[in-house]
Amino acid sequence: MSALQTVKFYQTGTFTVGNRLLAPEDRSVQANMQRTNSLNSGHRACQGCGEALGARYAIDAAMNATNRQLIAANATGCLEVFSTPYPETSWQIPWIHSLFGNTAAVATGIAAAIKVKKQKGQGQDVRVVAQGGDGGTTDIGFGCLSGMFERNDDVLYICYDNGGYMNTGVQRSSATPSAARTATTMPLGPEPGNPFGQGKFVPAIAMAHEIPYVATATVADLRDLENKVTKAMGMRGARYIHILVPCPLGWGTASQDTIRMARLAKETGVFPVFEAEYGELTSALAIRRPLPVEDYLKPQKRFAHLFGKNPAVETIARIQAQADKNIRRYGLLAKETV
Amino acid sequence: MDKPFAITLNPGSSLANHTGSWRTARPVYLDRLPPCNNQCPAGEDIQGWLFHAESGSYEAAWRHLTRDNPFAAIMGRVCYHTCESACNRGKIDEAVGINSVERFLGDEAIKRGWKFAAPTQESGKKVLIVGAGPSGMSAAYHLRKLGHAVTVMDAGPYMGGMMRFGIPKYRLPREVLDAEMQRIVDMGVTVKLNSKVDSILDTMKAGGFDAAFLAVGAHIGKRAMIPSGDAAKIVDAISVLRSMEGEDKPLLGRRVVVYGGGNTAIDVARTVKRMGAEPIIVYRRTRDKAPAHDFEIEEALQEGVMVKWLSTIKQAGDKEITIEKMALDDKGFPQPTGEFETLEADSVVLALGQDVDLGLLNGVPGLEVTKDGVVKVGTDLMTGHPGIFAGGDMVPADRNVTVAVGHGKKAARNIDAWLRGETYAAPPKHEVARFEKLNPWYYADAPKTVRPMLDIIRRQSTFEEVQGGLDESTALFEARRCLSCGNCFECDNCYGVCPDNAVIKLGPGKRFQFNYDYCKGCGMCVAECPCGAIKMEAEDI
Repeated sequence: MSALQTVKFYQTGTFTVGNRLLAPEDRSVQANMQRTNSLNSGHRACQGCGEALGARYAIDAAMNATNRQLIAANATGCLEVFSTPYPETSWQIPWIHSLFGNTAAVATGIAAAIKVKKQKGQGQDVRVVAQGGDGGTTDIGFGCLSGMFERNDDVLYICYDNGGYMNTGVQRSSATPSAARTATTMPLGPEPGNPFGQGKFVPAIAMAHEIPYVATATVADLRDLENKVTKAMGMRGARYIHILVPCPLGWGTASQDTIRMARLAKETGVFPVFEAEYGELTSALAIRRPLPVEDYLKPQKRFAHLFGKNPAVETIARIQAQADKNIRRYGLLAKETV
Repeated sequence: MDKPFAITLNPGSSLANHTGSWRTARPVYLDRLPPCNNQCPAGEDIQGWLFHAESGSYEAAWRHLTRDNPFAAIMGRVCYHTCESACNRGKIDEAVGINSVERFLGDEAIKRGWKFAAPTQESGKKVLIVGAGPSGMSAAYHLRKLGHAVTVMDAGPYMGGMMRFGIPKYRLPREVLDAEMQRIVDMGVTVKLNSKVDSILDTMKAGGFDAAFLAVGAHIGKRAMIPSGDAAKIVDAISVLRSMEGEDKPLLGRRVVVYGGGNTAIDVARTVKRMGAEPIIVYRRTRDKAPAHDFEIEEALQEGVMVKWLSTIKQAGDKEITIEKMALDDKGFPQPTGEFETLEADSVVLALGQDVDLGLLNGVPGLEVTKDGVVKVGTDLMTGHPGIFAGGDMVPADRNVTVAVGHGKKAARNIDAWLRGETYAAPPKHEVARFEKLNPWYYADAPKTVRPMLDIIRRQSTFEEVQGGLDESTALFEARRCLSCGNCFECDNCYGVCPDNAVIKLGPGKRFQFNYDYCKGCGMCVAECPCGAIKMEAEDI
């Protein structure tokens, strides 16, 4: 983020959405009065929904980067359910609803059709985005996603990760963090909550496909998120962006704390924010104020069983070890320059 | 009619779904009072003028500043800037250097020759001001701005009052003082120097004045009973500082004992040090109990001023004095110990505070004086006699330049209202923007810019200004450290973080509006507003 700040000091640097002291072209897409508002008002997401926010951030940036020549394929999931109850839609872009598991394949098809049309001299260069939640991406749609990656189809796939199947009642997904309570991983027995040693971190798997671009982001770092989407839209081939979007319902957090939770996930090292090109790590967003994982876990009711009268010290230590591993693996403690 | 198979409804926008009905609490924009503004004795809108300085609009910043206080360059040197102690940034790294930016703006105004506009309309009322010090000249400025004909009379030979006769040159260069005084004269204020007012009522009657503001200050040095020989040289601090302004510099000898622990004692000691003497301050309590500001004590010590804490003068002789050691009792009061010491001393300077010369008020009906020898005034600064107001050191208040300047403004507003047969009502204050209301995450890390200090040798031997100023780039940096506590600075955070696009951006300078048709009341805008300019209010359900 500090790299974005070309001028020495502008009161809030580039941390805020806008900044009256910056030239308009140096401000974020979200600060612009003419932003697309790709996901419009009236959608039925919960109060303080991180996914609704992340989707608008990402798709507005993609619309801006492609001069509004964009089509989105959308997997079944929260994002689809709350944005398009028949016959309404919140989308202000060409948008197609796929099945739960085949969004990547649908997007591949759209990209192929556009390619053919272009070869025939018909139509413009329209770009394609596929998007879905962590369930549709890391579990159900994973086969199609991996296929899209290995074929290097010209699609940006965006995964909004809220760590579970939230609109169906908060069931576990393969992106649910260790020890978290869900409807299917209740805090019971010797190892309460989601078991350790299961699940997967899809950005790392995407990197293993050696596709042109892989990045992670959170809704707490807007400038970083917008830059990554803009950069991805400037490239061709298969690209993947994984955005952490806190869920007040599934995480058991207050609706006003959504951005704060995303910030804590990044600052504690629980969620590493980085980018990679052709399988190699190219940059990481440094932790600004290092914090212990407790600061991230405590405000969430899905981790409430770790605290209370007899805190699960060992479990917390295991989560801390995961965060420390992220910090080591992705180099998250690099010195920030003002 | 021509709908596809199994489709019965036309596609519509989700805008038909007014999610605002979900809300149990609504966000509302508000302005809170920044702690710096709340603290300023002169009532400056500090955050307001910093806002202009942040974008490099220095003239706009200076004009905004001088709405409340005409003396930016003086303030930037002599104000004790309690605003900085109140600054919320102090809880993040260090307080914003408000005082140094103020000085930069004041110096910039002098350099660029910025002037105050004369009033566009004359009120036809005449106001007499007695005393051309900070309070009197501040009142003159504000009254003149309001269109009144103002005459200032002062007993001294120059304008400035205590700013000239009490504050040494090394803290306030006289060119700066003269420039800011002259700017007020240029607005069309009449100043009569060497004109002592002996009777306020007679002078008002003779000049046909409709109202008067008294700001004569406190110039009579308090005496202490010190048994002394005939040859002992005992003088008071104010006389010493005043004589520094004339041709005949005071003759105090080599070893000068300064008695007292206030800012005046420090000023005298540092002044005589610069004249080549060896000052030693004698004070009956400890450093932390001394009324002088600690940074001034520190600067004096750096310059080689000696201090005898916990000591009183028992006797003063021709070439030496006897001091008695004191000890603090349980209540923190100094008690004699019976232990004595002799100090070499060519003279003793008493810096024990000052009294007010109230001679001009003799025979004014209704006027009351407190037991401390200062004039009783109401909250409107009017004395017991209608139409006569008073402020500065001659009324019960803290005695410093900033308080005096604030009195000048307050008196001017009340005099103006009184002249129109009205009562001035100050607008209600907003609640203070406490640190807990901010989201400090958003402010970039930026430590305070330190002003350069004159090197120690030159501080000990010359009257050059001790503290330097900021230059343009450092002043800009410093201004931008402001957090804008409690007042929207258009960072677009609320506009960006709303998951429901329920914030309407109205454009530069126009701030934002909530679209309550869609706002679900999640409160994210409140949580992520850096400066605490939004709050949640419960909905009536």
